[in-house]
Amino acid sequence: MEVGQMQGRLVDYTKSLFMEGFLDGQFLQLQQLQDESNPDFVVEVVSLFFDDSEKLLNDLTMALDQPNVDFKKVDAHVHQLKGSSSSIGAQRVKNGCIAFRNFCEEQNIEACLRCLQQVKQEYYLVKNKLEALFRLEQQIVAAGGSIPMMEMGF
Amino acid sequence: MESCYCIEPQWPADELLMKYQYISDFFIALAYFSIPLELIYFVKKSAVFPYKWVLVQFGAFIVLCGATHLISLWTFTMHTRTVAVVMTTSKVLTAVVSCATALMLVHIIPDLLSVKTRELFLKNKAAELDREMGLIRTQEETGRHVRMLTHEIRSTLDRHTILRTTLVELGRTLALEECALWMPTRTGLELQLSYTLRQQNPVGYTVPIHLPVINQVFSSSRAVKISPNCPVARLRPAGKYMPGEVVAVRVPLLHLSNFQINAWPELSTKRYALMVLMLPSDSARQWHVHELELVEVVADQVAVALSHAAILEESTRARDLLMEQNVALDLARREAETAIRARNDFLAVMNHEMRTPMHAIIALSSLLQETELTPEQRLMVETILKSSNLLATLINDVLDLSRLEDGSLQLELGTFNLYAVFREVFNLIKPIASVKKLNVSLNLAPDLPEYAIGDEKRLMQTILNVVGNALKFSKEGSISVTAFVAKSESLRDPRAPEFFPVPSDNHFYLRVQVKDSGSGISPQDIPKLFTKFAQTQSTATRNSGGSGLGLAICKRFVNLMEGHIWIESEGLGKGCTAIFIVKLGIPERLNGPRLPFIPEVSTSHGPTAFPGLKVLVMDENGVSRMVTKGLLVHLGCDVTMVSSSDECLHVVSHEHKVVLVDVCVPGINGYEIAIRIHEKFTKRYERPLIVALTGNTDKVTKEKCMRVGMDGVILKPVSLDKMRSVLSDLLEQ
Repeated sequence: MEVGQMQGRLVDYTKSLFMEGFLDGQFLQLQQLQDESNPDFVVEVVSLFFDDSEKLLNDLTMALDQPNVDFKKVDAHVHQLKGSSSSIGAQRVKNGCIAFRNFCEEQNIEACLRCLQQVKQEYYLVKNKLEALFRLEQQIVAAGGSIPMMEMGF
Repeated sequence: MESCYCIEPQWPADELLMKYQYISDFFIALAYFSIPLELIYFVKKSAVFPYKWVLVQFGAFIVLCGATHLISLWTFTMHTRTVAVVMTTSKVLTAVVSCATALMLVHIIPDLLSVKTRELFLKNKAAELDREMGLIRTQEETGRHVRMLTHEIRSTLDRHTILRTTLVELGRTLALEECALWMPTRTGLELQLSYTLRQQNPVGYTVPIHLPVINQVFSSSRAVKISPNCPVARLRPAGKYMPGEVVAVRVPLLHLSNFQINAWPELSTKRYALMVLMLPSDSARQWHVHELELVEVVADQVAVALSHAAILEESTRARDLLMEQNVALDLARREAETAIRARNDFLAVMNHEMRTPMHAIIALSSLLQETELTPEQRLMVETILKSSNLLATLINDVLDLSRLEDGSLQLELGTFNLYAVFREVFNLIKPIASVKKLNVSLNLAPDLPEYAIGDEKRLMQTILNVVGNALKFSKEGSISVTAFVAKSESLRDPRAPEFFPVPSDNHFYLRVQVKDSGSGISPQDIPKLFTKFAQTQSTATRNSGGSGLGLAICKRFVNLMEGHIWIESEGLGKGCTAIFIVKLGIPERLNGPRLPFIPEVSTSHGPTAFPGLKVLVMDENGVSRMVTKGLLVHLGCDVTMVSSSDECLHVVSHEHKVVLVDVCVPGINGYEIAIRIHEKFTKRYERPLIVALTGNTDKVTKEKCMRVGMDGVILKPVSLDKMRSVLSDLLEQ
């Protein structure tokens, strides 16, 4: 497959991610920060996000498994997750976290568990999508092309 | 020689006469001897007799007199010389003593007489003192009664108790038959029997207030005796006996505001109640002066007590009213707060929810643009894209409107191409106008500068809104848009005399007129146009939808731009003209170097904006820390990262020019860091600028940040441009 086609595919794919709400404008910001002095910035940040989130999700599962759930701790974890996801623009994860926090305040365990499931789901979805995105980029770079910049107004 | 020294009798010695003389002399002597004995006896008996010496003298005198008479018994017959001698001695002695006594008595008798007068004097004095004593005692009684009465009256603040107690106590003290109080009615024309002693609840007898006897009582501050037959005194059923004396006294009613003041000629300032006291009818008692005084004093005390009670009632009532109002106000405040919070939540959610479909629209439209399209289709797609951009701006502005009302909206000034703005508006409305078969013409005056300084986005929004309205409300005809630089005369709107624009060298006033030939507006609807959510009720407008916010927002923007907007119309069906004037700045150099306060909108990798700027970032979240660091590194800063407030305070030094603190982490108090930094660096130039990163840019958070001394607030997640603009703003100051 030639570079132009691959670039087109990348653009389409990225656009679809935005359309479906997996990513929002913040991700674009990240991409803008990537330059010659910092060529792997996005990948680094996203990898850090993955590690962080795995840990947080594990902690959350354990915390909600306790007989006496410590909602404060749960809230703190969710807050962290929300912060990370909004920093990289993982919109659906962030929204899930917002809902999760509300239920934490109400101390509703069933709803929290439901939210946790949902957040996990969203997280794995976005993780797959981003990994696919990065694979595409790597292919383009390997083929000698350059990553096209996204021009999205607003 | 035997001579007789007795007096030669005129006639020869009469035996009978001699005998009688003899006997009388004897008795005299006897008496003379017994008197001193009696005297001595009685003086011995009495304790006080100051003149013992006189008594002795007197006794001696009497004894000697007696002796003389006794001895003279022997001189009736022939007597010897010794008898004569003894007789002579006793006579001589008697003479001496009696002369001495006589002399003595001259001194003593006045004394004795004066004792008598003194005795009389003392008796009088004692009687007088007795009288005065009686008077004082009576007065003291009266005083005691008054004090007791006053105490009783003043020990309560309830009006009825006061009055009742007064009557009871007075009745008791003065042993009255009946005691009554007549109060003036609301109209002030009658006196109503309010309280009596004997009857519990008197039926409301009323008496007109202008009776002469009542006037007489009211005009004097003393208790006045009145006739028992006058209407106010007919309180008891007529008995067989003579009714007792009746006294009436006025009771001033001080500061009672619940009685309406009628215009009384002579008593217009004071209201009085009448207290009537009746003595028992079958006693012959009369009113004494001290009793009258008691009554007067009591009446005054009652007046004072009543006024206190009235004041207390008033203040209690006022306090209850205030408490009620307080509760109601509190409730209203809480409701208002709830409403505001609900509105803010709603706005925030709606804002967020509205952006998601916007993404879809924009993305799809851009996608569509990439595909094969006919020119018409391309035009349509471009219009869709531009409209959605504008819609996005509108969404921002709905949020802005709430910020407009907070007063926290600020214009984003920048240099822009004025002609381009008008051209774009024109291009936007052309398709719609052609669909509606309306003629649109744009006239830009030749002296209009090409570039101006102002808020391009909002100016365009205003023009678009006004032109859009013209389009909306015109079914046919033409729309003309004219823009020119306003001169002083044309600046004034007669309806807004306070708008006094003053053109200067750096600014000019842009005047835009949009004239349409549409349905027009009736003159009374014109003032309502600029109020939020208000629409004129003509059927044409009801179909056109819209929230009615447009003109209100335009007015706010125009006001922010120090301008004025108004609409003129000659009436329904005659079209209308919308005119607005805004103040724009004149750029010094056209196309010159970028002015520092313009936010750079380039997506390309521009030159580093802040080379070598030392920044300290405190954020607990690893991912967002990395993103922020990436941002700052991209801008050329030298970034140090810390993940806790202690570390932050430890590391911060005067080399760091900016400190970015994440304040929405629960547990770590970002605000405290700001306070600590202020404490650590007391000199202003040493202190780094503190900027808060937060997910929350409502007014409360902003105020809190400002209060703890932060220099800026940025909403997370941060975009490159935002970071750049905030840093450049901060560093400029």
